[in-house]
Amino acid sequence: MSTALTLIEVSPSGEIRGSAKMLLAAATRLGTPVAVLSTTPGDHSEHVKQLGDLGAHHVFIAESTQTDSLLATPAVESLAAAFSHFETSAAVLVTNSVEGREIAGRLAVRIGGGLTIDAIDITLVNDRVVARNSVFGGAFDVESSIHGGPAVITLRQGSIDEEVTAHTPDLITITLSLTSVAAATITSRTEAPTDSGRPDLRGAATVVSGGRGVGSKEDFLLVEQLADALGAAVGASRAAVDAGYITHSLQVGQTGTIVSPQLYIALGISGAIQHLAGMQTAKVIVAVNKDPDAPIFDFTDFGIVGDIFTVIPQTIEALHRFRH
Amino acid sequence: MKIIVLVKQVPDTWGERSLDSATGALDRSAPDNIIDEISDRSLEVALRHKDETGAEVIVLTMGPASAAVALRHCLAMGADSAVHVLDDALAGADVTWTSSVLAAAITHEGFDMVIAGNESTDGRGGVIPAMVAEHLSVPHLTSLSEVHIAVDVVNGSRETDYGTLTVTARLPAIVSVTEQSPDARFPSFKGLLKAKKKPLATLSLSDLSINPETSFGSTGRSTITTVTRRPARTAGIKIVDSGNAGVELAEFLAAGRFV
Ligand SMILES: Cc1cc2nc3c(=O)[nH]c(=O)nc-3n(C[C@H](O)[C@H](O)[C@H](O)COP(=O)(O)OP(=O)(O)OC[C@H]3O[C@@H](n4cnc5c(N)ncnc54)[C@H](O)[C@@H]3O)c2cc1C
Ligand SMILES: Cc1cc2nc3c(=O)[nH]c(=O)nc-3n(C[C@H](O)[C@H](O)[C@H](O)COP(=O)(O)OP(=O)(O)OC[C@H]3O[C@@H](n4cnc5c(N)ncnc54)[C@H](O)[C@@H]3O)c2cc1C
Repeated sequence: MSTALTLIEVSPSGEIRGSAKMLLAAATRLGTPVAVLSTTPGDHSEHVKQLGDLGAHHVFIAESTQTDSLLATPAVESLAAAFSHFETSAAVLVTNSVEGREIAGRLAVRIGGGLTIDAIDITLVNDRVVARNSVFGGAFDVESSIHGGPAVITLRQGSIDEEVTAHTPDLITITLSLTSVAAATITSRTEAPTDSGRPDLRGAATVVSGGRGVGSKEDFLLVEQLADALGAAVGASRAAVDAGYITHSLQVGQTGTIVSPQLYIALGISGAIQHLAGMQTAKVIVAVNKDPDAPIFDFTDFGIVGDIFTVIPQTIEALHRFRH
Repeated sequence: MKIIVLVKQVPDTWGERSLDSATGALDRSAPDNIIDEISDRSLEVALRHKDETGAEVIVLTMGPASAAVALRHCLAMGADSAVHVLDDALAGADVTWTSSVLAAAITHEGFDMVIAGNESTDGRGGVIPAMVAEHLSVPHLTSLSEVHIAVDVVNGSRETDYGTLTVTARLPAIVSVTEQSPDARFPSFKGLLKAKKKPLATLSLSDLSINPETSFGSTGRSTITTVTRRPARTAGIKIVDSGNAGVELAEFLAAGRFV
């Protein structure tokens, strides 16, 4: 059986990121799963055990002292080295993130692979990798098959969730030479604050978003309070981001994050087509807007024509009452 | 300094975008095509550097004949010249083809720096700049919210899913910018007049010494096999607040077990 390589993401503090489970489960569908780790030299026995528990049959560790100071290229070189080590790899799986896509793109050029970006499902059909994508904000589902070369795929985070059998993996360790590679140097790094206590926007079951109608940075607290009352992630329209109410990383829409939660609540958002492109596949959509003709109401399961500053405090209070 | 800006024409996101269900190709006849907003911003970054230093700015696109309109718009904004890769063999090109053709055209023109958008609003692949960089064996500094260009080095801050990085590289290099970079200028009347006289070159694949069969025959491709349209959403309950809508919303959420 051919192998399927996965690029395991490691945080700067050395922990394996949550995407490893999805990637190894997906790889198990396509071949013998291999975990590829691009990292600085050190003791990786804990990583190897953890990756075995997630189903890896082989762990391929490519070490370099420069791994943390060069942009994307160390991972490209590590995957390329693993690809030539396991001569039979039919697929390479990477997380769909800004960096993951670029790694996949450079690797596909390097190994002559066919590239599929942001797949939400993959299967093997007659020895060919078939990927499913959701495009134009979920308006279309597209299936594509990769042929003529190895498949390089970026998988949307949270798209595949299944249990696989644990293994005791074999370990291959190599030393990468990165002295002559064309790469940008990372001169400093600020980790995004992750301790808001709220779920991650991308995978959250409930999202509460605020738009220009929220009116100010101070009043955005109202959006956050409703989110906290529901255990939800916070999102925003581009108009709210541009006005400085909230950071760009929480923008939902065509040029922001695409979400597909069980429940999406839009507060003071008109429903421009570029915003809808980021949330219209939510199971249930609720909106509060004082304009009865706001386009968002064509998409809502429950729409309220009203002022968010009178409606939402009442909702929050009622939710607290229900709880007790 | 010679800066090449990669610009793309895309279906206007204000219209309804559609895919041909037989071929999976973008239905380019349906909506209006316009220059991608992110391409405008990429050009703005180059033009600001030109304003300061007199750098030469070339805009490059690969696309159908109608894409020339986008190039004229860029010339009116202030680019010095434009290059249009136009060839029937490129219909339905995927990212693999697109990146190698763009890389060949960039090499053909010569460059110190390439500026692109972080992702297009139609394909949303976000991979072309990195793939072109691999073809050209130069560093990529992508998803920059801020760019600083000096004589032989470029640096900037990069937004990622896990935080912000500051990155730097010697030129030649490829940069891509996000929508956090400044709004683009509008073409002036004088710019529009001047644009008519600026050079716009059209290159075919043979001008770039690319023969699709031999150049792409041995690389993997992804081909669309099926396309399904999701059913459209229909509007549900809509109430007008008469003093109690906040409570009704809480009840709706409780009934749906969201509480
Ligand atoms: C290329 C491109 C990409 C884009 N990408 C995105 C994207 O990713 N995400 C995105 O969101 N947008 C995007 N946009 C912008 C989009 O076109 C809209 O401008 C934006 O979504 C509008 O945000 P909004 O609904 O918050 O603001 P507005 O359209 O101004 O709507 C504000 C709404 O708030 C209501 N309101 C005001 N006060 C109150 C109140 N007190 N109570 C209740 N309601 C109130 C008003 O009735 C109005 O409907 C993009 C645009 C382009 C051209
Ligand atoms: C809905 C949809 C889904 C698609 N999915 C896939 C897929 O999974 N795999 C695949 O191989 N192809 C796919 N394609 C085709 C793909 O969009 C095109 O190949 C496109 O040329 C490049 O990808 P992009 O638009 O995602 O570019 P991105 O990488 O998002 O573009 C970033 C930047 O690169 C530059 N650039 C991109 N294209 C051009 C160009 N033609 N001329 C000049 N500069 C350019 C611009 O500066 C742009 O801002 C898809 C197309 C559509 C419409």
